[in-house]
Amino acid sequence: MKLNRRAIFGTVTAGALALSLAACGGDDGGDSVPEINGTGASFPDAFYAAAIEGYAEANPDAIVTYDAVGSGTGKSDFGEGLNDFAGTDSLVGEGDGPEEGSYQYLPTVAAPITVSYNLPEVEALQLSQETLAQIFQGDITSWDDEAIAADNPDAELPAVEITVAHRSDGSGTTSNFSKFLDEATESWTLGAGDTVEWPSNSVGGDGNTGVAQTIQDTEGAIGYVDLADATASGLVFASIENADGNFTQPTLEGTTAGLEGAVVNDDLSYNPLDAAGPEAYPITAPTYLLIRTEYEDAAVGQAVKDFVEYLLTDGQELAADNHFAPLPEGLRQQAMDALNETIAD
Amino acid sequence: MTATASPETSEDLDLGGDSRARGADRGFRGLVTLAGLMVLVVLALILVATALRAMPALSEEGLWGFITGTRWAPNEDVFGTFPMLYGTLVTSLIGMVVAVPVSIGIALFTTEIAHRRLRKYIVTVVDLLATIPSVVFGLVGVLVVVPFIDDWYQGLAGLVEPVPVLTSVFDESNTGRNYFTAGMVLAIMTIPIITSIAREVFDTVPETDKQAAYALGATRWEMIKGAMLPHSFGGLVGASMLGLGRAMGETIAVALVIGGSFHISANVFDTGNTMAAVIAQQWGESTGLHTDALVGIGVVLFAITVIINFAARWVVRRAETKMRGAHS
Repeated sequence: MKLNRRAIFGTVTAGALALSLAACGGDDGGDSVPEINGTGASFPDAFYAAAIEGYAEANPDAIVTYDAVGSGTGKSDFGEGLNDFAGTDSLVGEGDGPEEGSYQYLPTVAAPITVSYNLPEVEALQLSQETLAQIFQGDITSWDDEAIAADNPDAELPAVEITVAHRSDGSGTTSNFSKFLDEATESWTLGAGDTVEWPSNSVGGDGNTGVAQTIQDTEGAIGYVDLADATASGLVFASIENADGNFTQPTLEGTTAGLEGAVVNDDLSYNPLDAAGPEAYPITAPTYLLIRTEYEDAAVGQAVKDFVEYLLTDGQELAADNHFAPLPEGLRQQAMDALNETIAD
Repeated sequence: MTATASPETSEDLDLGGDSRARGADRGFRGLVTLAGLMVLVVLALILVATALRAMPALSEEGLWGFITGTRWAPNEDVFGTFPMLYGTLVTSLIGMVVAVPVSIGIALFTTEIAHRRLRKYIVTVVDLLATIPSVVFGLVGVLVVVPFIDDWYQGLAGLVEPVPVLTSVFDESNTGRNYFTAGMVLAIMTIPIITSIAREVFDTVPETDKQAAYALGATRWEMIKGAMLPHSFGGLVGASMLGLGRAMGETIAVALVIGGSFHISANVFDTGNTMAAVIAQQWGESTGLHTDALVGIGVVLFAITVIINFAARWVVRRAETKMRGAHS
């Protein structure tokens, strides 16, 4: 018995010791660059992951992590001081966590949200903004509807039932897509938000991949998916009517054109949805980093600054490879200025 | 300490141990009592903490409105959980309808019919099924089953079209993601749990009872019906309840195959959602009142599980009294 007990105590002590040693190891940075971590939006995750990799290659000492837990969690983490920077697709609202004046928005990249569909016989589809709204709120239920035919005079539309595919998880992509329909169209009644009340016969998919999967295996399905996932799944995109009345495809060029047409606010938030410009793709999602206006540890602040500076300079070149549109030069410069102003060297 | 009347307390069983041993005994007793109480305390704390957190959303809708409301529109601060409550009940029901008979069948086969050696393999395989993480079931469901199953559903819907009630239950399907697929996934996940307990329960049927039935000229089926099932009823209900508990709380596998829409439909081939799945889906991007409402769903789910468990206990107690009555 006694031996046994001693053995158990021994194991426990050894375990505790190992744990505390490991904990010490993490903090024991010395002169090296402190590890910084960010949490937040999943939408730009692919780009941030590539940028972090590129940054680590250029600066072997630096350790940056980004955890794509969702904009909402990112913002509340930021408010509670659990991260060093946050990624978010939506602006900070009341009750989200971060206090007024404790953060600065920095736009990083943008990407188009595609309207993808599954109609094997229809190779090209054009949708006006009003038609799009009516399809997604369940007013138009069949592909051979007059409104769709009016947008596509040359296409042969089958009498197939429309299945609307949407995100079942709360999502910045949903937020931007519904915001576009809410702002640009008369017919949209579902409002805007991370989760809206979709028509009852629609199908929810988990994440962009889930929606892409639903569209892929359901004939007659239509849904909104970010460009990277839609491209990876080999989906077909509809051309969407923009503010100038042209039908445009979701391309990175169209997105950058949309960003150039967007009005940038003083706090660097901007709304690229339904932006002016003949080439602009109208459904474009911006994404931001939140950085703190004051970092308790100046070394952490410097590390964040170095990383974000990379994102806004060399990192921008990685955007296109990952299906994100880099910022137009004017906006990029504004973001750099704001970064330098917020975190002084 | 000595207040308990049970003859098994340390005092009565003192086999000449010294006072140190008695002290250890007392210490042990305190320790296990503490462990027992801990369960209650943790449970109470969870309930209080979640209820407090959910308060803002619950007071916005009123508890009754929160449970019976049929609209879930977080962007308008409208939170009615009835569609997902309905989804939870329907998918669990489908799961149970399939899983319980199959599990009892497997258990009877392994205890009564299968050869001893075959039995060992079957038991191992069924237990192995229980160790597969639920997300794997969900992925198999959404990647393998969903793409082809829709045609089968359509076929079935076509078959039952002339039958009045069945045609509204098995109606049109437009993707393979629906209550029924989710129910099937739940069935496969709960079968190992129910089977393994049902097996234990059948093992407790006294050999004398079985032999007595045979002696009276019963066939094997009559023996099972007359001697084994009545004896095991309580245990089987308990086994099913454990399975039901797992089915109602299952989150990720259901979230993947249920189709995530909020409405109430008699058609099992329609998309829907369940309480646990909604919490998991919407948690990441939720803020403020929306978060509180999600916690509220958790509270309601918790309450329903408790109610169902009590109901099951009541059923078991009633059945046992009835059986005892029959015996005397």
